Amino acid sequence: MSAIKRREFLTLGALAAGGALITARVSLARAAAGQGRPRFVLVIMRGALDGLAAVPPYGDRDYGRLRGEFALRAPGEAKGALALNGFFGLHPSLAFLGESYAARELIVFHALASPYRERSHFDGQDVLENGTPVAHALQTGWLNRALGAAPGGARREAGVALGQNVPLVMRGPAEVASWSPSKLPGPDPDTLARLTDLYAHDPLLSVRLADALMANSMAEEGGAMAQSMPGAPSAPPAQYAEVVRAAAGFLRQEDGPQVAVFDTTGWDTHANEGGAEGQLAGRLAALDRGLATLKEQLGPAWRETAVLLVTEFGRTAAINGTRGTDHGTATMALLVGGAVAGGRVIADWPGLSPHALYQGRELMPTLDLRCVLKGVLEEHLEIPQRALEATVFPGSERARSLKGLTRA
Amino acid sequence: MQQLGSTIAANRFGLGARPGELAAIGGDGRDWLRAQLTQRPPLIGDAQLKSSAAVLGEAFALQREIQQARRSGNEAQQKLPQFLKPIYTAEAIARFQQAVASERPFLERLTQFWTNHFAVSIDKQFLAGLAGSFEREAIRPHVLGNFGDLLVAAETHPAMLLYLDNHLSVGPHSPAALRAGHRQRGNRTLGINENLGREILELHTLGVGGGYSQADVTSFATVITGWSVGGGNGLLASGPPGRFVFRPETHEPGTKTVLGRSYPDSGYRQGIEVLNDLAQHPSTARHIAVKLARHFIADDPPPAAVERLAQAFSEFGGDLPAVYRTLIDTREAWEQPLAKYKTPSDFIVSSYRGLSLPVDAAHGPLAPFELLGQRTWQPGSPAGWPDRSADWDGASGLLKRIEWADAVGGRLGSRRDAGELAPQLLGANLTGATGTAIARAASAQQAVTLLLAAPEFMRR
Repeated sequence: MSAIKRREFLTLGALAAGGALITARVSLARAAAGQGRPRFVLVIMRGALDGLAAVPPYGDRDYGRLRGEFALRAPGEAKGALALNGFFGLHPSLAFLGESYAARELIVFHALASPYRERSHFDGQDVLENGTPVAHALQTGWLNRALGAAPGGARREAGVALGQNVPLVMRGPAEVASWSPSKLPGPDPDTLARLTDLYAHDPLLSVRLADALMANSMAEEGGAMAQSMPGAPSAPPAQYAEVVRAAAGFLRQEDGPQVAVFDTTGWDTHANEGGAEGQLAGRLAALDRGLATLKEQLGPAWRETAVLLVTEFGRTAAINGTRGTDHGTATMALLVGGAVAGGRVIADWPGLSPHALYQGRELMPTLDLRCVLKGVLEEHLEIPQRALEATVFPGSERARSLKGLTRA
Repeated sequence: MQQLGSTIAANRFGLGARPGELAAIGGDGRDWLRAQLTQRPPLIGDAQLKSSAAVLGEAFALQREIQQARRSGNEAQQKLPQFLKPIYTAEAIARFQQAVASERPFLERLTQFWTNHFAVSIDKQFLAGLAGSFEREAIRPHVLGNFGDLLVAAETHPAMLLYLDNHLSVGPHSPAALRAGHRQRGNRTLGINENLGREILELHTLGVGGGYSQADVTSFATVITGWSVGGGNGLLASGPPGRFVFRPETHEPGTKTVLGRSYPDSGYRQGIEVLNDLAQHPSTARHIAVKLARHFIADDPPPAAVERLAQAFSEFGGDLPAVYRTLIDTREAWEQPLAKYKTPSDFIVSSYRGLSLPVDAAHGPLAPFELLGQRTWQPGSPAGWPDRSADWDGASGLLKRIEWADAVGGRLGSRRDAGELAPQLLGANLTGATGTAIARAASAQQAVTLLLAAPEFMRR
């Protein structure tokens, strides 16, 4: 949405009451600061990331005992954690995130959990994505419903899923795009026109084909822009490079999607998890490089961007019998980006002593993930508070949104 | 009506009609399906395929070699994937060939269903070399057997034990743990790993709402400590290489309680007793019934149909052919002819069957699976591939199918007559719109593309 269109909306918005007025104030501040529209990237870490490894509480006196040979050392020591606030550190593989923290562009949340309290990945991910306290309660995702409640109504393809299929969090009535790199030349326009006709009476396929063609033309524009971007790294790290470049290509465009989602996997570290080095360290490093690439590719749009990294639940506080960790409860989440009011750790730390652990084995949740999600959606994406309560996160009244996570 | 029956039998229960198949099925399709249940299950007998024991024995030996030669760096590190990848490719091609050529495609679909139920994924170490033999050794022989036998075969197969880490799980009071405790190095302790125990309960038997607690998970995980694999390194050294082995030295001693029932310690048998009870549990019957109904009827299957399948499962003590016969007799399975959106694998296999395409090992026949997002035996999680339309019907995924269909059309040119094939493949599902579009296509190539991309070919 251009600045002018945004002002038009504000005129209309001022007529509405309550939540809409708050939204309007935020928008005015943003417009006054000469900023473009906000961008939001959701990275889902499927498999339950070990929050005590990614964000080690090295200052907790029980941490070393629980983590044994895999306990990360304090900042400054050999292979030590990256410094955050003197109590928490970042895993040494997360160099870019460490710099972001120093640049006040990263908020670290800890001891946080979704409302889900069992230990199934698949139900845990369902709750993470459907936005209710109950697995399979809804067949749509909170991010899709939020897009539908965006000021001015749902814009066509305001969101894009990077992948052939759309994850639950982005499914729902608001039309979203999905995009993945193609290795085949596309069919000629005549064939596509005939298929468009053939699908005319098929409600699913007609919409999907139209969306796919639209996303493709946007990706082409984004791709052309990417080539003209200066300062592209000469040796791009492999794993997330392609998906991140594509995401940036979409988000850079002023009238392109505002929200992107992509999945990462491989966080289910039951055995041989490793410490400062090893299996998890390698995966974290790849993720960190992917985020660095995203910042680089977004260019000036990074200033308006908030990237949220979430996982379905945490892992056991202690190392298990196979040098890994089993399914747990509370974990961490990260919010990084030029729009983030960062340089902070937000955690009501419950401690890791035996009686402080949830069911005697896992980090106790003290912060509801939905507080973070609501805060970002309300202040960054300007989703009206009423919609957040009524449709985006039904049943979340007690999870009050965290204010001030992003810069207005 | 008869034609609708054969159309559904071939496309929903089977793997997609081959030219002439609908005519050969005749009747209402049910007899054709029932007949497939009466002979021995189809096995893949290619002499070139190796047993999992042979693969794993060699892989362990290679791993030792690599560890000894660690200083030599990358070259040695590549040896293991170089050894495993061709095995994966040969296995996946053999499976693809079987699916395309099969004259009992209902059994092939059931085999794929059960492999996906007991999912392993090649993104874990060694699994690239084991996923195919796992299907041939643990799944195929039991597809027409009893669920309890299938369950035991799957859970005790080296591929499953390695995939879900049970080979490393050690009872905290086992002889091995106690010995290690006496000469403890650092903070390292030996103990259990819950992974396999949890997934058996959650995914393979009771289902996530099936009435078990965290205590049951932990207890069951201790029951199956000692279920391991032979011929490996360190703790895994003894025993026949690459085969299941029970290690009393890592088994947690003592009586354990799972789901309120107490199991005296009988070593290896203790886990089998629990599995036998799980196989008979009403929650398991229901969980399997839901999955079968979702696969063969609709994403959200009618509760009455699920109920009948669960009853049959319980009544016949997990006898799978009896459950399949109930499924065939389930009216709802024959009512909505296009209720299921094809997975990428279904789409590829049915295209190959319908167009009589050769699965040519020399020409990278597995590429479409990767392209369309469903690499064989790589569901990425122990839950297996999802089985609902919404999981597969993304916009980008649809365009990929169209692009691939276009490439297939381009390769075939005028060597296939889509107008002639359409009624043979789509039978009663063929709409006037699709028939007309194919008839009016600008070229034979475009006609093939339109046939494969038609709404009624995208579904089953």
